[in-house]
Amino acid sequence: MLIHGAMVLASVAAPHPSWNVLHDIHQLTSFAFMRHAFVAGTIVAVVAGVAGYFVVLRQSSFAAHALSEIGFAGASGGVAFGFSAVLGLLGMTLVGAVAIGLLGKRLRGRDAAIGSVLAFSLGLGSYFVTRYKGNASGAFALLFGEILGISVHDIWTIAIAAAVTLVLLAVMYRPLLFASLDEDVAEAKGVPVRALSIGFLLVLAVAVTAAVQVVGVLLIFSLLVTPGAIADRVCRTPGRAIGLCVALSLVFVWAALSVTYYSNFPVGFLITAFAFAGYLIARLATAGASRRAPAHDH
Amino acid sequence: MTAAVVSADGLAAAYGDTRIWEGASFDIAPGEFVGVLGPNGSGKSTLLRMLLGLLSPSAGSLRVFGQPPRRGNLDIGYVPQRRPIDPDLRLAGQEFVKLGVDGHRWGIGRPSQRADLARRVAEAVAAVGADGFASHGIGTLSGGELQRLMLAQAIVSEPRLLLLDEPLANLDVRNQIAVARLVAGLARTRDMAVLLIAHDVNPILPLLDRVAYVARGRVSIGRPDEVITSEHLSALYQTNVEVLTDSRGRVFVVGLEEEAAHPHEAYPHEAHPHDVAPSADPC
Repeated sequence: MLIHGAMVLASVAAPHPSWNVLHDIHQLTSFAFMRHAFVAGTIVAVVAGVAGYFVVLRQSSFAAHALSEIGFAGASGGVAFGFSAVLGLLGMTLVGAVAIGLLGKRLRGRDAAIGSVLAFSLGLGSYFVTRYKGNASGAFALLFGEILGISVHDIWTIAIAAAVTLVLLAVMYRPLLFASLDEDVAEAKGVPVRALSIGFLLVLAVAVTAAVQVVGVLLIFSLLVTPGAIADRVCRTPGRAIGLCVALSLVFVWAALSVTYYSNFPVGFLITAFAFAGYLIARLATAGASRRAPAHDH
Repeated sequence: MTAAVVSADGLAAAYGDTRIWEGASFDIAPGEFVGVLGPNGSGKSTLLRMLLGLLSPSAGSLRVFGQPPRRGNLDIGYVPQRRPIDPDLRLAGQEFVKLGVDGHRWGIGRPSQRADLARRVAEAVAAVGADGFASHGIGTLSGGELQRLMLAQAIVSEPRLLLLDEPLANLDVRNQIAVARLVAGLARTRDMAVLLIAHDVNPILPLLDRVAYVARGRVSIGRPDEVITSEHLSALYQTNVEVLTDSRGRVFVVGLEEEAAHPHEAYPHEAHPHDVAPSADPC
């Protein structure tokens, strides 16, 4: 499908952007694969923005990364054994979420546990890829995403995964925030911190399943972590931070899709490039504020 | 005589087979300000964990408001020992306080309750004198400012029992005294019983109604001038304990400090890097 989209792009006379925005939008959406890309990218940006804020707040970006690589093993396994890549992806990320949740008891100090799971799942994924040899582009798409090859069926899958993620995050919103910011007090107040920890990883697994189709397992950080890292440094309330996360993800995805249409740069590269530029700007803009942080009690 | 807030009878604490302390019997009345003192690792935090329902007594009985302790008792406010906070976190202090009202509830909260929530948060923030910095990012706050906000979070649900684990640690002397006075004032005006764990009794000594001294597997509770004496502590722990007073009226307890090397270091984070006088526990 990736090949298909690229061929369509190559077959038309190289498109050029104009200063007429309406004309540009019309041009950008004149092909079905571009319309699908915008719809899927928008859904994934919203989900990744919301989930990503909690990923950063809970300092579990490593867990998010591990889940996506576990997903790689699941998806390639799904193809190798002849059933759906999406089901393999979802199944393995859910199992991985429980494993990570059970291996490390508390919020912190899970690095070693996650690292072991992560390394094994990458190895497993590479084994599955050799089993369905002859389809290297499939593996490439899993690793780096294939947003230009999204079908209507894919969009439905992504939309369902997104809806499940958002509903569950809304249900666990306040206790999850409490447990992420102040685990000890939350526990004393009766918040089931352990169950929430595993519950959040399960929700994250569903979010990863949605996002992998667009950005792939290796580039998922740009949507799941970078917007959260920026919002964390800037926003005063959780609501605003989540809003900024979603807005940033949308900008990264939309800008990347638009630029890729008019250029030869791959979408994945552009999404990560825009995200990284945003992060650098946020760091530079807030560096002064951090240095002014008072420490007059010591 | 109003009913006791806390009532312990022959209470004992253990982690697995390791006994922490035993034979603790005491009542705590509403509005009473009790300092929990003792060497590192003697089981002071363990007492708070039991009151919070996070650890079951290994023997004896413990009642909180006449009931067995249970997790999620909203009549109890709790400020645990502080871990370092991410200095980049820009979330406002008020958001932290807000969690004390409805952080334990599911869902995102109804918009219709926002005004009431903001009013309660503002009230608690004012009660701890945090108006000036409650809207600042918590990563940028000083230790004393953060401690006040944590207090605000603990009292915003209007508890009748407040449990504070080393709230004065890592504060300078000026802030130690200010926070201790603040806590004593809250206990009085709100008729709220307070158990405050302290490493150094001196900033709180003039404010305390009673002290609970936890050392060598035993808990002794009474008026400060009864408990913190050479005779009492020596008889209690059957060792030569000396209570010294320096020229500025500060009290030091010498002779119980080897407790710090006691095998049950269940709470290694109770150790403080700035314990400058390892030979004398400033208590």
